[in-house]
Amino acid sequence: MLLNRTQTNAFSTDRNTRSSAHHYTAPKIAGGNINLKKRFRIGEFIAENIIKGVAFISFAVIVLIFIFVFREAAPIFSPTKLTSTDNSELAQETYGEESSAASETVTEQKNKSVESSGSEGDATAKNLLGKEWQPVSENPKYGLLPLIVGSFKVTFIAVLIGAPIAILAALYTSFFAPRKLREFLKPTIEFLSGFPSVVIGFFALVTLASLFQNLFGYQYRLNAFVGGIALSLAAIPIIYSVTEDALSAVPKFMTEASLALGATKWQTALFVVLPAATPGVFAALLLGVGRAFGETMIVLMATGNAALMSMDFFEPIRTMSATIGAEMAEVVFGDTHYNVLFFIGSILFIFTFILNAVAEFYVRNKLQKRFQGTA
Amino acid sequence: MTTETKIITKNLNLHYGEKQALKNISLDIPVNRVTALIGPSGCGKSTFLRSLNRMNDLIENVSIDGSVLIDGTDIYHNGIDVVELRKKVGMIFQKSNPFPKSIYDNVAYGPRINGIHDKKVLDEIVEQSLQRSALLDEVKDDLKKSGLALSGGQQQRLCIARALAVNPDVLLMDEPASALDPIATAKIEELIYELKENYTIVIVTHNMQQAARVSDYTAFFYLGSLIEYDETKKIFTTPKEKQTEDYITGRFG
Repeated sequence: MLLNRTQTNAFSTDRNTRSSAHHYTAPKIAGGNINLKKRFRIGEFIAENIIKGVAFISFAVIVLIFIFVFREAAPIFSPTKLTSTDNSELAQETYGEESSAASETVTEQKNKSVESSGSEGDATAKNLLGKEWQPVSENPKYGLLPLIVGSFKVTFIAVLIGAPIAILAALYTSFFAPRKLREFLKPTIEFLSGFPSVVIGFFALVTLASLFQNLFGYQYRLNAFVGGIALSLAAIPIIYSVTEDALSAVPKFMTEASLALGATKWQTALFVVLPAATPGVFAALLLGVGRAFGETMIVLMATGNAALMSMDFFEPIRTMSATIGAEMAEVVFGDTHYNVLFFIGSILFIFTFILNAVAEFYVRNKLQKRFQGTA
Repeated sequence: MTTETKIITKNLNLHYGEKQALKNISLDIPVNRVTALIGPSGCGKSTFLRSLNRMNDLIENVSIDGSVLIDGTDIYHNGIDVVELRKKVGMIFQKSNPFPKSIYDNVAYGPRINGIHDKKVLDEIVEQSLQRSALLDEVKDDLKKSGLALSGGQQQRLCIARALAVNPDVLLMDEPASALDPIATAKIEELIYELKENYTIVIVTHNMQQAARVSDYTAFFYLGSLIEYDETKKIFTTPKEKQTEDYITGRFG
C-alpha cells in the first residue's frame, strides 16, 4: 500500500516539473500493463491491528497502575479520609462478602485511634515530614524522613561501589579484552541482572554481613553498608550493560585516530572513548540509581530495617521500598497507614519516572549534539 | 632513485586469516617526496599503508612477515614500541575523524598525551599546526568551536593539523580527499604539496589525476602484488607493464 502511494506521488511530481519546463511536449505513454490499484490485504490489516492492540493494552495497564497508586495515596491529603463510612465502603468494594469482619475492625481501630490520638495519627504534612516512622503504635507516626534518608543512603553506597566497578569492567570488555573473552564476559555479567534479588539478599544476609562485620568490626551486623554492597550487585549489571553499549557505540574511527596519534590504549580509552560516551555512561548511572532505589528484597533482607535517621553508613536503615514490602501485607485496608504506604509508592514512582525521563531525553539530546557538532 | 630512502619494505607478506592481502611487496619510499599508491579496490594498497604504522595490529587474525624498515629500523621487530612508532608515522584517514572536542583540543590532543601541559607551549603548537595545515585563517577566531562543526574539507585539514601536532616524520594518507568536493580537494592537494618539504608522504588514492598531480612516485598495486613502481611521470606516460597502462587509462578497475 505504501509502495503504491509513493509511486503515485513520484509520478505526479514528475509530471509537475515537466509541465513547468518551457518546451513541453506531452510524452507518448507506453502501453504497459501495470495495475497499481490499491489492494486490501487482510493478513496485513489483522497483524497490524493486533500489534497495535497489544501495544495499547500494555500502555493502558501502565497508566492504570499509575492512576491506582496515586488514587490510593490521595486520601492522606483529603480531610474526609478518616470517616469510617468511606473506609468500609472501600473495603467492601474490594473484598466483597468476606471482608465484613475486616471492615468492622477497620472501623473499630479507626475510631479507637481517632479517639486516643486525636489529630496526631493523621498523615498531615507535618506528620509526614517527621523523623519517626511508627505506623502501628498507639499513637502512629508517619514520618517519612528516615525512610527517604535510608533509601538515598543505601542507593548512594550501592552506586558509589557499583559504578566504578561496572564502568571499568565495561571499559575493559569493550576496549581491552580479546574478542573471545568479551563474548564470554558480557553475557555473563548481564546474566547477573536476571539473578533473583532474593538470592542476592539471602547471600548478603548470611555471608556478606558476617564477613564485613568481622572485617570492619562495626556494631550492627545488618546495616546500610552491607545492604549497599548487596544492592550494588544488582546495580552493576545494569550500569555495566548500558555503559558497555555506549562505549561500543563510539565510532571505531575515533579510537583509530587516537591510536594513530601515538596514544596508548589506556589514554585512548580514558580521553577519547569515555568522554565520547559520557551521555551513555550518565544514562547507565541513572538507570543504576533507579534500579537500586526501587529494589526491595535485597534491602529488606540486608539493611536491618530500622527506620533510623542517621548519617552513619554502618547503622541499620529502612528504605521506602522495603517499608512497602514489609508492611503492605499486614496493613489495615483503607487505613491511613495503607494510604501512606501508597504515598511512599508514589514517591518511588515519581522518582524513578524522573530518572528514566532524564536518562532518555537529556541523554538523547546530548548525544545528538555531540555527534553533530553543536556541543 | 636520486633521493635518500625513508621507508624500505622487503618481501612484505600479509594475511587476513587465510586470505593473503599483500604478496611480497618490496618498495623503497623516498624521503620528503610524495609517493602515491594506486590500484583498484581491494588490491591491498590501504593494507600496505596501514602496515607502515602497524595499524593492522588492531585487526584480529592478521599475520605479517617480511620487514618494514623506517630510517633503517625494522618496525616489526619485537623490541619496537608501537606507540612511539605511531608518533613518528602519522596517519590521515579517508573519512575525516575529528574528536568530539573543540578545534583547539583536537590539535592539542597529541601533545597532551605526550605530557605537554604548559598552556603557552600548547598554544604555540596548536597555532603552528593549524598554520601548516592551512586552516588557521579560517578558524583562529573560534578555536573553542567543536571540530565537528567544521565543513568536510576543514575537518580533514583539522585532522592533518592534529597529526602534525605530534611532529611526525612520515604522513600516511588513506584517500584523504575522496569524500570532499573539488575545491576542498584542491586545498588538500595544495597542502600535500607544501607538506612534502618537511614530511615524507605516502598517499593512497583512487583518483588517477590526483596521483598524477600531487605525487613524485607512484606504485601500482593489483590483487595484493606490486605491479609497477616508478616516478609518477613515467608511470603515467610510459608505463612498462600492460596492466598499469590498462588501469591508468581506465580500461579496467
